[in-house]
Amino acid sequence: MAESITTYDKNADAAEVSKKLRAARVKRENRQGLRKHLFLGIFALFMLYPLLWMLASSLKPENEIFGRLSIWPSEFIWSNYTEGWMRLQVSFTQFYSNSALVTILSVIGNLISCSFAAYAFARLTFSWSKFWFALMMMTLMIPYHVVLIPQYVMFLKLGWIDTYLPLVVPRFLASDAFFIFLMVQFFRQLPRELDEAASIDGCSPYKIYWAIIMPLSMPAMATAGIFSFIWVWEDFLAPLIYLNDIQNYTVPLALRLFVAEDSQSAYGQMFAMSILSLVPVLLFFVIFQKLIIKGIAMSGLK
Amino acid sequence: MRKFLAKNAPGYVFLSPWLIGFLFLALGPILVSLYLSFTKYDMIGDPRWVGLSQYEYMFTKDKRFWKSLQVTFTYVILAVPARLAFALMIAMVLDKGIRAIGIYRALYYLPSILGASIAIAILWRQIFNIDGVVNAFLSMFGIQGPNWIANPDTSLYTLVVLAMWQFGSPMLIFLAGLRGISPELYEAAEIDAASKPRQFFAITLPLLAPVIFFNIILQTIEAFKTFSSAFIISNGDGSPADSLLFFTIYLFNEAFKFFRMGYASALAWTLLVIIGAFTALSFFASKYWVHYENEKD
Repeated sequence: MAESITTYDKNADAAEVSKKLRAARVKRENRQGLRKHLFLGIFALFMLYPLLWMLASSLKPENEIFGRLSIWPSEFIWSNYTEGWMRLQVSFTQFYSNSALVTILSVIGNLISCSFAAYAFARLTFSWSKFWFALMMMTLMIPYHVVLIPQYVMFLKLGWIDTYLPLVVPRFLASDAFFIFLMVQFFRQLPRELDEAASIDGCSPYKIYWAIIMPLSMPAMATAGIFSFIWVWEDFLAPLIYLNDIQNYTVPLALRLFVAEDSQSAYGQMFAMSILSLVPVLLFFVIFQKLIIKGIAMSGLK
Repeated sequence: MRKFLAKNAPGYVFLSPWLIGFLFLALGPILVSLYLSFTKYDMIGDPRWVGLSQYEYMFTKDKRFWKSLQVTFTYVILAVPARLAFALMIAMVLDKGIRAIGIYRALYYLPSILGASIAIAILWRQIFNIDGVVNAFLSMFGIQGPNWIANPDTSLYTLVVLAMWQFGSPMLIFLAGLRGISPELYEAAEIDAASKPRQFFAITLPLLAPVIFFNIILQTIEAFKTFSSAFIISNGDGSPADSLLFFTIYLFNEAFKFFRMGYASALAWTLLVIIGAFTALSFFASKYWVHYENEKD
C-alpha cells in the first residue's frame, strides 16, 4: 500500500488531481450526508420498532395490544408490572435472585479460569503447549448439543440435578473457551520485557500473573466479564435441562411459563416481565457500549 | 527431573482448570456420546450395544431426521447470506464519513445483543401473530397476511427474519475490515473513471475476502446451533407440522422428552460431523477465493 502512495506523490500532476478529487468528494459527501442520515434514521426506527412495540404493549390494556400498529396506550396500565411480577406461583423476586446468583458465580468462574489458561498459553513455555492450544481452538467449534447427553448423565449420577452446580462448576473449569481466545489475543500484545524484567528481579510466574498481567489487562477482563454476564443471563438450554423445581428457576425459564399459558391472555403482563428481563442486559449495553463494540471487532464474538 | 518440573510446572498449574474441564466436559463426553450412539439407553437400565443399527435407521428410515436436516439447511442457506448481505450493506453506508456513526452503530447492534434472550423469542411469536404488528402493517397496503407462525409454509421465514434482524456483529466486523482498505485505491479508481459497482467488485469485495470468509464460517456455525428462539417459537417440539424441527430441537426432544439417549447421541455425532465437514470444506475452498494481503504470491 505504501508503494502506491509514493508513486503518486512523485507525480505532481497526479497529486493535484488527487487533491481536487478529494475536495469534490468532500463536497459531494456533505450533500449526500443528509440523505444518508435520513436513510439511517428511518432504518434504525424500523429496526427498533419491535422493541418499542413490546415496551408499549407492556403498558397497554389487553384489548389494545393486537390488530393495530399504533404504539401509544390510551391509558397506562402499570399494574401489568406488579401483577406480572406475582402472577406465577413463585414471585419474580425469587427468579431474579436465582438468576443473579448463577450469573455472578459464572462470571467469576469464567474470569478466573479463562485468564489462567490464557496466561499459560500466551506467556508461559511448557511442553505440549501448542498441542493443547490447538485442542482448545477446536473446542470452540463443538456444539453444546454434542456434549450435552454425557454431561447430563454425569451430573445426574453426581446428584447435581436441580442444583446450580451443573451451571456454575463448568465455568470454573474454563468451559467457555471463547474467553480464553479473547484473553490470549490481549495478553500477547503486552510487552514481553515486563515479564523478563520481573523474572530477573526474582518474580515467580504466579506473581507476574497477579502483579503485572492482571492490572494491565483490565480492558480484556472487563470485555470478557460483560459478555459472560450477558450470555449467562440469557442462557436457556442448560437451565432448561438441569432445573426442575420452579423454586430454582432462572428468569428465562420463568418467562417460558408465560408462553405455556398463552391461552389465558395475560399478554400485557407477559410483555412487562419480558421487558424487565432485558433491563440488566440493556443497562450493561448502555454503560459498556464502547468496550462491547471493541470486543467484537477484536475477536469476532457473536 | 527437577529442571523438567521447574520448566513445566507453572504452565500446567495455570492450565489445570482448563485441562480438567477439557477432559471431563469436552473430550470425555464426546467419546462417551460416540459410545452411546452405538447403544440403546433410556437412563433406567444400562446401555445396550446395538452396533450401527441406529445410524442405519437414521439414514434409511427416519423421516423426521431428514425433515430436521432439511429445515436446518434451508435456514442456514437463507439466514446466513441474508444476514451477511444486510451487515455488509449497512457497514458500507456507515463507513463513508458519516457523523454520529457511534449512535447508529449502537442502535443497529442492539437487536443482536438482546436477540438470544427468551424475551425476544416471545416478542417474535406475537408480532407475527395473525393480528400482530406485521399483519397490521401489511393491511395498510390492503394485504391480508397469513398466520405466520401457525402456518407451516411461512413459520421458518419468521426465524430467518429474526436472524436478519440481528446483523449487528458481522456488521461491526465488516466495518473494521472496511477501515483497513486504503482510500487511495478508490481515488485511483475514480481517476480511471471506474463506476461505483465496478469499484465494489474490483476493490471492496476482493480486499474484504478474508473478513467475509471469517464471517461466513462464524455465522454458519452459529446458525447450525440455533436453538432457544426456535424452541420458544415452535412450542418446544418443532411444530407446526415439523416445519420448525431444527436438528437441535429434534435432538433435544429425543433425549429429554423420550429419553432415547442412545439415538440422540447418534444425532449429536452426526451434527458434529456435519459442522466439522463444513469447516474443513470451507477452509479448503478458501484457498481459491480468499487472498490475504500480506501473503506473498
